[in-house]
Amino acid sequence: MADAAEFTVEELPSGQVLRLSGTFVIASIGDVDRGLRDISGPICEIDISGVTHMDTVGAWLVHRTAKEHNAQITGCANDAGRLIDAVRGVDQAEVVPKPPISALYRFLAEVGGGVAVGITTLLQFLGFVGQVVKAFFSLLMNPHRFRWHAVVQHFDMVGVRALGIVGLMSFLIGIVIAQQGAVQLRQFGAEVFTINLIGRLTLRELGILMTAIMVAGRSGSAFAAQIGTMKITEEIDAMRTIGVVPVEALVVPRVIAAVVMMPLLGIFASLMSIIGGGLLCWIVLDIPPATFVQRLREVTPITDFWIGIIKAPVFGAIIAMAGCFQGMQVKGNAEQVGLRTTAAVVQAIFLVIVLDAFFAVFFSEIGWD
Amino acid sequence: MNPPNIISVTGLCNSFGDQVIHQDLDIEVRRGEILGVVGGSGTGKSVLMRSIIGLQKPDSGEIRVFDEGMIGKEEDQATDVRRRWGVLFQGGALFSTLTVAENVQVPLREFYPDFSRELLDEIARYKIFLSGLPPEAAHKYPSELSGGMRKRAGVARALAMDPELLFLDEPTAGLDPIGAAKFDSLTRDLKETLGLTVFLITHDLDTLYSICDRVAVLADRKVIAIGAIEELLAIDHPWINEYFSGPRGRAARRGHSDQSDTPRAKTQQLGRS
Repeated sequence: MADAAEFTVEELPSGQVLRLSGTFVIASIGDVDRGLRDISGPICEIDISGVTHMDTVGAWLVHRTAKEHNAQITGCANDAGRLIDAVRGVDQAEVVPKPPISALYRFLAEVGGGVAVGITTLLQFLGFVGQVVKAFFSLLMNPHRFRWHAVVQHFDMVGVRALGIVGLMSFLIGIVIAQQGAVQLRQFGAEVFTINLIGRLTLRELGILMTAIMVAGRSGSAFAAQIGTMKITEEIDAMRTIGVVPVEALVVPRVIAAVVMMPLLGIFASLMSIIGGGLLCWIVLDIPPATFVQRLREVTPITDFWIGIIKAPVFGAIIAMAGCFQGMQVKGNAEQVGLRTTAAVVQAIFLVIVLDAFFAVFFSEIGWD
Repeated sequence: MNPPNIISVTGLCNSFGDQVIHQDLDIEVRRGEILGVVGGSGTGKSVLMRSIIGLQKPDSGEIRVFDEGMIGKEEDQATDVRRRWGVLFQGGALFSTLTVAENVQVPLREFYPDFSRELLDEIARYKIFLSGLPPEAAHKYPSELSGGMRKRAGVARALAMDPELLFLDEPTAGLDPIGAAKFDSLTRDLKETLGLTVFLITHDLDTLYSICDRVAVLADRKVIAIGAIEELLAIDHPWINEYFSGPRGRAARRGHSDQSDTPRAKTQQLGRS
């Protein structure tokens, strides 16, 4: 479409006449639009006989200008007239603009909304945990409804497939702990305490905590996304109509898988950390593996191991429930799935760290230190 | 300047693995007509549309739209052709995070970033109304709309760029009969007022009878027949016979001939028909 859209205003005794020429199509009217808006004087006639080509956007401009100035449109070719009639037919009143809201009101509304959402989410989460527990017991009563297949599949997804990444991560963390410990403790000539650091820190805290964070990122997010997508495609509603309880079919197997797999992954992670730390001790501090293991057994109480093992299933349950809960909260569109997945991971890691702090205080109080 | 055929496909072959969908398929769409494309499930109606609009790379064959070869075109050259057509996907395919008005403005903003806000709003407003949606719908999100409204919003977006050619993929599927009839008259009104050419995939016999100028039948991996319905009825092919002379086909034909006996007041006003 070669020629641009142009307009001229002509003074005639009867009043101002607006003459349009060129092509009035969507590709050419960007500038003319502003020009036409800025015309001040009253126009009594719009002559479009010079317009060679027109589409609905061009017709809209003509119609709008005519309406604004209460002007007459003349010189319509057949097609142009038809298009202008068409847009006139679909012109409508402005959509009611939203009433302006003051900044203070908006701020208060936002804060209040946030608090309300926080409280309802907490209550809903508690309700959800209750539902899961109830479903779990009802499955215990009716074991034939239990979905072994799903549980085993989630064992694979949550546990077996995480071995590689969890192992590598823990191995590297073991090296980092040992390296930092060695550097700091060397200042006191106490390098040998690096072994205490590796053994106790790994078994008691880091092995489980890092595994929990990894599982939250890998599996908690996957749970939220899977269930959220099923929610959008109405699969969950379909389940309900068929008579399958979604919590039993979807949530319980995932929670069981996470609860069972977390301690196993935690032990594996601790072991890999100790191997990593031991390797560094051997290379940097010249402590041979045999001595390392012997010393490790002397300085690490078995209660450290139990602490890790007790915490792991609790973390697993929290991660799985947060993931499934957020998945179940998905409503509406695909964006929600993304938001809820993020929320699931953030919530899970946050809750894990809060609980970890409680556990740390608790175990110290009962004398397991 | 204006070739009679707006789309011409020759020797199109498509396959997925071993499964051959199209073999030497030819089809032509004339300027200013509504061409209905019918065929059983799995005969490749949607694949044909996707091939024409460039979402599916065919194994071989030639596709010309607006007299320009579409195969092997560079992305930015293809964009020039793409802005001259609009596509309505089956589910509407609206962007779920944008309101209806914003959805309509997406193509406009993309191609004409210098348009003023007011103009964008005005265009979105009249296009939405042109598609038969109430003005309040402009500020709603797709998830707040019913299936029929979502399709109309999809049409509004497809019309945003003032296309010459409109692709509709099963526009009346999933609509109630009243909604489907309204959608049909919307399609016809748009064609008549805006001079559109429409490529329409459908299962809906009523749509075929009431608005299609010609109908193409896909079967046996190609277009086995194309023409006005009366011409198709004369053809002796098992699928065509079953399709048009089955209980539903007969009912649709009867309904249509009843309608044409009585003088039909033609809806002149757009949209809210």
